[in-house]
Amino acid sequence: MPLLHVEDLSKNFVIHALGRTIPAFQGVSFTLEAGSLLLIRGPNGAGKSSLLRCLYRTYLPERGQALFAAADGTIDLASAADVDIALLRRTEIGHVTQFLRPRPRVTALDLVAEPLLVAGHSLAEAREAAADWLGSLGLKAAIWQAYPSTFSGGEQQKINLARAMIAPRRLLLLDEPTSALDPDARAALCSRIKTLKAAGVAMIGVFHHPEDIAGLIDVEFHVA
Amino acid sequence: MNIEPVTPQPQPHQRRLLPPRLVRQAPLLELRGLSKRYGRIVAVQGVNLELYPGETVGIVGESGSGKSTVLRMLNLEEATDTGTYHLAVPGFTGQNLFALDRFHQRQLRIQQIGIVYQQPHMGLRMQATSGGNVAERLIMAGERRFATLRRAASDALASSEFPADRIDDPPAVLSGGMQQRVQLAKAIALRPALLLLDEPTTGLDVSIQALVLDTLLRLRRERQITTLIVSHDLGVIRTLADRVLVMRHGAVVECGLTDQILDDPQHPYTQQLVSARL
Repeated sequence: MPLLHVEDLSKNFVIHALGRTIPAFQGVSFTLEAGSLLLIRGPNGAGKSSLLRCLYRTYLPERGQALFAAADGTIDLASAADVDIALLRRTEIGHVTQFLRPRPRVTALDLVAEPLLVAGHSLAEAREAAADWLGSLGLKAAIWQAYPSTFSGGEQQKINLARAMIAPRRLLLLDEPTSALDPDARAALCSRIKTLKAAGVAMIGVFHHPEDIAGLIDVEFHVA
Repeated sequence: MNIEPVTPQPQPHQRRLLPPRLVRQAPLLELRGLSKRYGRIVAVQGVNLELYPGETVGIVGESGSGKSTVLRMLNLEEATDTGTYHLAVPGFTGQNLFALDRFHQRQLRIQQIGIVYQQPHMGLRMQATSGGNVAERLIMAGERRFATLRRAASDALASSEFPADRIDDPPAVLSGGMQQRVQLAKAIALRPALLLLDEPTTGLDVSIQALVLDTLLRLRRERQITTLIVSHDLGVIRTLADRVLVMRHGAVVECGLTDQILDDPQHPYTQQLVSARL
């Protein structure tokens, strides 16, 4: 059985104040195997990010299924209980969003380390792994102890990426993770993605410039 | 608050979710059919709630939505009209806590429930020392040895990141942020199963609020304490809560994962509440 089997997944936004329904995407079906990277293609506004958010359940899918082969059994991400989704987010499914939500008075290093602390690692271990990630993405060590709210878009994206990918996951949802990165950081990210794929991590990505990850894409899916 | 007659709330246009399957633990807290009215005023109607071990759940809603009333009832401060309340803690499993006599309710509150109020004077003796305020909780639980009391109080204060050199200062002379840390230390001193937070950072400066939120996050991580937080501040809720219930006119109109409620609200009222954010 594949890691993820999406069947007829659809999403519309009902805006009650306007009395309107805004369509996001309709009837999406695909299959994803462990260790493979699926690229979602489509024009702006076709619902690529919305599809990722529906799989992470930031958005509530309207129709359809997304059967995920979790470690403890297959579960439909579109209709699983909220507490089950919360558990999967802590253990199996990661989401790399386009924008960082920095918290006041939390350093760059500690923001990245946090998912490992939640997973029960010691502070020293978590900070060491965080430093490794930030170092490889080329964030200068001088600002690791600073608060990221004032950082540039590229610096924030590096922190966001590291934070989302630091803890082991079986499925990663990547929403334009390279949009603000410099070439060196893009290369570093590609090599990380390659390592993760080899370890069996499945990924679904939206990339503005798919050539950034040329050679790593196993399958493509077009949303109209 | 709602004046009679109560019109039934429209059901959320939300797809029905399955019962938990991956989470195999039973809920720590189960509240069913909680209703309360003050004369003709309906404060809470038909509220159901489950908290699973270690999770943080938020309740949002505007003033008068009944969210703080629910919290006070869970702290057994007030009688309810209807409803059952179960906590899976030693000695009380399977019992409807609303039906306990006052002695057992008090015992349960001291041992298993910690609370932080928005107004420090509701939870603290403002003229007693900060250490004394925390120790009082332990004394109520039967501890009498001075050295043990002093050590347990300073441990709890340190966990809430309260400065050790101010342990003998009364809350009355402390800043708002420090007063909340004393309340938090008192709430967690006996390692309760349930932590109730009623607008814990409302009224604090934004920078102090950030520090208190950070302390709460760290405590949650280190002690995995099951927490219910009531706040009208959606930023606080986004930072702390795994799941959220939205209340209006005493009833729950929608519940979901925090990011889903804030980014893809389903109910008309939630959409209005979320878009009213600055």
